Amino acid sequence: MEVLDASRWQFAVTTVYHFLFVPLTIGLSFLVAGFQTAWVRTGNEKWLKLTKFYGKLFLINFAMGVVTGIVQEFQFGMNWSAYSRYVGDIFGAPLAIEGLLAFFLESTFLGLWIFGWDKLSKRIHLACIWIAAAGTALSAYFILAANSFMQWPVGYRVNATTGRAELTDFWATMTNKVALITFPHTLFGCFLTAGALVMAVALWHLYRSKTPKEDRAAFRSAVKMGAITTLIAMAGMFVSGDIQGKIMTETQPMKMAAAEALYETEQPAAFSLFTIGTLDGTEEVYALKVPNLLSFLATGTLDGEVLGINDVQAQYEELYGPGDYRPNIPLAYWSFRGMIGFGALAALIALWALWSIRKGREPTSRLLKFAVPFVPLFPLVGNSLGWIFTETGRQPWIVFSLLKTADGVSPSVSITEVLLSFAAFTILYSILAVVEVGLLLKYARAGLPDLPPADTDSDSDADGEKPLAFAY
Amino acid sequence: MELVNVWFILIAILWTGYFILEGFDFGVGVLLPVLGRDDTRRRVLINTIGPVWDGNEVWVIVAGGATFAAFPEWYATLFSGFYIPLLLILIALIIRGVAFEYRGKRPEASWKRRWDACIIAGSLVPAFLWGVAFANITKGVPIDAAGEYVGGLWNLLNPYALLGGLTTLALFTLHGAVFIGLKTAGDVRADARKFALRFGLVATVLAAAFLVWTGLLHKSGPSIAISIVAALALIGGLLATKVGRDGWAFAGTAAAIGLAVIALFVALFPDVMPSSLDPAYSLNVDNASSTPYTLKIMTIVAAVFTPLVLLYQGWTYWVFRKRISTASIPKG
Repeated sequence: MEVLDASRWQFAVTTVYHFLFVPLTIGLSFLVAGFQTAWVRTGNEKWLKLTKFYGKLFLINFAMGVVTGIVQEFQFGMNWSAYSRYVGDIFGAPLAIEGLLAFFLESTFLGLWIFGWDKLSKRIHLACIWIAAAGTALSAYFILAANSFMQWPVGYRVNATTGRAELTDFWATMTNKVALITFPHTLFGCFLTAGALVMAVALWHLYRSKTPKEDRAAFRSAVKMGAITTLIAMAGMFVSGDIQGKIMTETQPMKMAAAEALYETEQPAAFSLFTIGTLDGTEEVYALKVPNLLSFLATGTLDGEVLGINDVQAQYEELYGPGDYRPNIPLAYWSFRGMIGFGALAALIALWALWSIRKGREPTSRLLKFAVPFVPLFPLVGNSLGWIFTETGRQPWIVFSLLKTADGVSPSVSITEVLLSFAAFTILYSILAVVEVGLLLKYARAGLPDLPPADTDSDSDADGEKPLAFAY
Repeated sequence: MELVNVWFILIAILWTGYFILEGFDFGVGVLLPVLGRDDTRRRVLINTIGPVWDGNEVWVIVAGGATFAAFPEWYATLFSGFYIPLLLILIALIIRGVAFEYRGKRPEASWKRRWDACIIAGSLVPAFLWGVAFANITKGVPIDAAGEYVGGLWNLLNPYALLGGLTTLALFTLHGAVFIGLKTAGDVRADARKFALRFGLVATVLAAAFLVWTGLLHKSGPSIAISIVAALALIGGLLATKVGRDGWAFAGTAAAIGLAVIALFVALFPDVMPSSLDPAYSLNVDNASSTPYTLKIMTIVAAVFTPLVLLYQGWTYWVFRKRISTASIPKG
């Protein structure tokens, strides 16, 4: 294995892994903040119980997101130093700003939230989780703006003497049209993920006969909140994804063509729900097609022309010189469909869950009960496939049209070093995954916590002997 | 002042802040087996940093990001060159961070023991390796004409760098003990102060040796002057510990660490990563920096948001200012 391949695999594994935790962190922080707001507003203890219950799951997940995130920032320099030199003038700024504006906010106010139950007033404590949630969303914007430069570089020029990209318009990079649409799409994905988790865990408790009667009301509310969040998020994903598809057709036609495995230009173009092709993916054997749909997805009109892979390849050879500009087509084709399919599946189950508890009913369907444990996984798989599509669909470029992935890798790092780090991360991440899932299941099964008796003895605070409301 | 110099100073400040803040976090972790006889005492130790460790760690993320943004060449050479030490630091930070959150999530003693081991190793390794890394940066490493590090792993493990590693490890451990003295009450506080006084001599000797060596390497007057003040601050911190003034003691060790880091950066300037092969290959504030436009944008962002961050991080320390003891630890 070459340094390039090993570095790519490591980046793929560590990034996909990191992004299992990120959407839950972003989505759950807002949902937990919502539960806590409902408690502060209504005083109904069921909301406080839900805040604490889902808050625990949120924190178990958050820890993993934080620690795997540091790897991401270091990895650009460690494994992609040539890339870092090339785009540092542009790419470093959003990363630094993300840390300064978002990570400080997130970590500091989350610390206050976790440990501050008895130290802050109700309202300030509530504000802490909202500020932390805003921090998570803010961080998403900056990192997506950085990524969008790799998809569609704007606001730059290439310095002829150094051969490096330089920033000419910061505002343009921050309002890159790819970033503006990827941000809502990603955020809706986060809410889909968190909504599905909240719904599935609560539904599981409703199915269990052991769940105490007084907790059922709380779990019913959680199923509703989770399912409605999932449905709104899915609607948002469709709308934002649709716009994204049209922007992608414009900015990266090769990626759109790869998503459909469309070799020859078509007008109008059909969208295939699935295709059985030859093993190398170059010829189709059977395909189930919806006429005109691809034209609509790509151009917004039913009979728009969609460029095929071969034509784009010819075009790029003219523009960028000889070379193979095709990404991995079967991967693009299937990850694109998987992304949509898994997301839609979560939304369908959300609809079913809402139906199953309508007008005070208890859920009875055995099939739904069987599906419940898998529901939280669907959006996670969908998110991962979406990013795998976005990133592999850009290949062979690391920065579209400017720098090839092969030219971005660190020249001074040896294959031994990369294989060592790749193995270390893979093993460590596997162990941590088992531990994390074990803890999530334990705390998800445990059900709603008992609330501590209300504090009536206000003098006990003064002598310093009162136990902390929360401690590690 | 030229913006490249402003950013050299800002990056020095970020690392200084990181080492002062996460320095005591690392120290607390290293001292877990020394001062944490039983589970309750270990929980007292961990909870002194519980609400703040994550915020402290963001300093390194911002330092890394700022280096990337302001000096891409420095970031690229440093991170790809110091590959294995940084990998070890990453692994350490991962297991340590997860350990804080997960340690209390199951009741079994074996579960807690394992996470304790992660906290200890996860604190000790970076406390040592950051010293090795910074000693190597100031000393100079083999960098070729293309700006690539060509020294391999063993080149980083030279006597000066190893002494640097031992120095940061000792300073952070002492700083952690003093911090525990400041943040706890009862037996834990008494033991922490006792440890700090005994260990203070080791830390002082190591730090003095390292700073003298640094002075001999660079012969930079201002750097030597700052080193001397750092040493005085360290001794002052120990004297304050002796008379039971925990706040002053903490200020002393914090100042000692901060000034020692500043002394290294002053010795380094205007280079950011000197080459030991040929001074012409050295990376400096001019040839490693971003364009003036990028630096201008970053300066505006930093000027607006850094005070805000300092304000709310400071507020966190105020909210959690109360000392904790074994009586403060809830059951479970």
